[in-house]
Amino acid sequence: MGMTMSQKILAAHAGLSHVEVGQLIEAKLDVVLGNDITSPVAINEFEKCGATSVFDKDRIALVLDHFTPNKDIKAAEQCLQVRRFAEKYNITHFYDVGQMGIEHALLPEKGIVGPGDCVIGADSHTCTYGALGAFSTGVGSTDMAAGMITGKAWFKVPAAIQVVLTGKLPQWVSGKDVILHLIGEIGVDGALYQSLEFTGEGVASLSMDDRLCIANMAIEAGAKNGVFPVDEITMAYCKDRFLRTPKVYQADPDAEYVRTVTIDLSSLRPTVAFPHLPENTHVIDDVGEIKIDQSVIGSCTNGRIEDLRTAASILKGRKVAKGVRCIILPGTQDIYLQAVREGLAEIFIEAGAVFSTPTCGPCLGGHMGVLAKGERAVSTTNRNFVGRMGHVESEVYLASPAVAAASAVTGYITDPAKLS
Amino acid sequence: MNAHGMVHKYGDNVDTDVIIPARYLNTSSHAELASHCMEDIDRDFVKNVKPGDIIVAKKNFGCGSSREHAPIAIKASGVSCVIASTFARIFYRNAINIGLAILECDEAAREIAAGDEVDVNFDTGVITDVTTGKTYQAQPFPPFIQNIIQKGGLLKSIM
Repeated sequence: MGMTMSQKILAAHAGLSHVEVGQLIEAKLDVVLGNDITSPVAINEFEKCGATSVFDKDRIALVLDHFTPNKDIKAAEQCLQVRRFAEKYNITHFYDVGQMGIEHALLPEKGIVGPGDCVIGADSHTCTYGALGAFSTGVGSTDMAAGMITGKAWFKVPAAIQVVLTGKLPQWVSGKDVILHLIGEIGVDGALYQSLEFTGEGVASLSMDDRLCIANMAIEAGAKNGVFPVDEITMAYCKDRFLRTPKVYQADPDAEYVRTVTIDLSSLRPTVAFPHLPENTHVIDDVGEIKIDQSVIGSCTNGRIEDLRTAASILKGRKVAKGVRCIILPGTQDIYLQAVREGLAEIFIEAGAVFSTPTCGPCLGGHMGVLAKGERAVSTTNRNFVGRMGHVESEVYLASPAVAAASAVTGYITDPAKLS
Repeated sequence: MNAHGMVHKYGDNVDTDVIIPARYLNTSSHAELASHCMEDIDRDFVKNVKPGDIIVAKKNFGCGSSREHAPIAIKASGVSCVIASTFARIFYRNAINIGLAILECDEAAREIAAGDEVDVNFDTGVITDVTTGKTYQAQPFPPFIQNIIQKGGLLKSIM
């Protein structure tokens, strides 16, 4: 029996010619990632067990992105601990304020991750790099610590769901709507312990930013990883960027999947996930009148340049509605600079939005946009759990940058096509 | 290896944001994390939990963020075991890696009620609801996992 794309990458990294679903393997890691929240716990474990060296200073990425620029003294101390560790072990890919971006926007952009890689990160959205044709999955801090020491991790070889994409996305529909639609179809545990393998002729019509957004939220369906085939778009993205040589793996024609889900991209509508689970999806036409207090555009899901361009195309010449706070956060410093150069920053500020430094901040209710009791946000982030963006009685509606920008203008969750 | 304690019962999709809200992730102190455990889903948990107690929940327990702070908060609260219909995969790994015992057993997860007294035998995977007298069979840990837990966590097993 053939192997899926994920199984092939895992087999290659375990030095095996073949792996089976459920097999426990030990795989070599190309990159081990941590952030300012998960790295301190990993560093504590690293030191507690007496480790004195890392497996490869060029294969560890430490990104201070969650509670930065430091939101309070405790957060500052956590960043200091990571900074000192990075200095001590001379970590090549250490990103501090001024160079840092949101980790899952930053690592692909800097070429630290690429096709054929096997990556673990102490952040659940590490699955983002599957967009580049890598096996990439979120783990906890202890796995990160072990990975930093040994350059290896154990995995149970996952089964896979095949997601066949056909057609092309219509106007105002993006990668975010694809993944929200899929999560709505299969549920927040629909792919539990499994891979989501995207395929079909529709893939070719999706930009790298759309693919990164889709793979990013594979975890919201419970998936171990989400992966896209490597094509010309991937190779063009990696050219002059990826620090190593891309390795292209393809699923075998006779690979077995536990199920196949087909999505006709041309039939999709802007999609909104209601509180308090990403699976509570409604197409924009069925949303009704939902007043918002805040619109957040950014995060590892939707803080890329195309997302900002989409938001700017809607906000240009318009104003954020009275009573609404519109917070726009670029994914990285490069995206920030590009947005300034392209005039997007000016559009945002003239519209009455905040346009600020990269940070994960509001997505997890950290800082830069925390909600009060009873407040409601539409957000391009990835989770709408109870209390996710602030008070336990606040609400988050997940949507695309187009919907979030249109909603900022009207003050209600709005179909961008309906703006006058 | 055994666990014995009173049950705290929850439903489907208990996410790591309610187990330990992100507003407390500016610390890695186990005691401090434990003092906010389950705060956004059960305000009384911290007040009521006793050493040895057992959490029973339904499907996809621990979904969402990869924060190891979640199983750490539960373990540091004194909880001896979490039984659920299914676990989200990162939480599952994290729990094993830090030595928090977890068992998947759908029947037990559905039937055991809040406040029941429960006994768990990790070697056999037998869960006994002492209050009702009913027993359930969960799959015991495979040797690979037992090795990690017996050595006191992943790092102790590799060093």
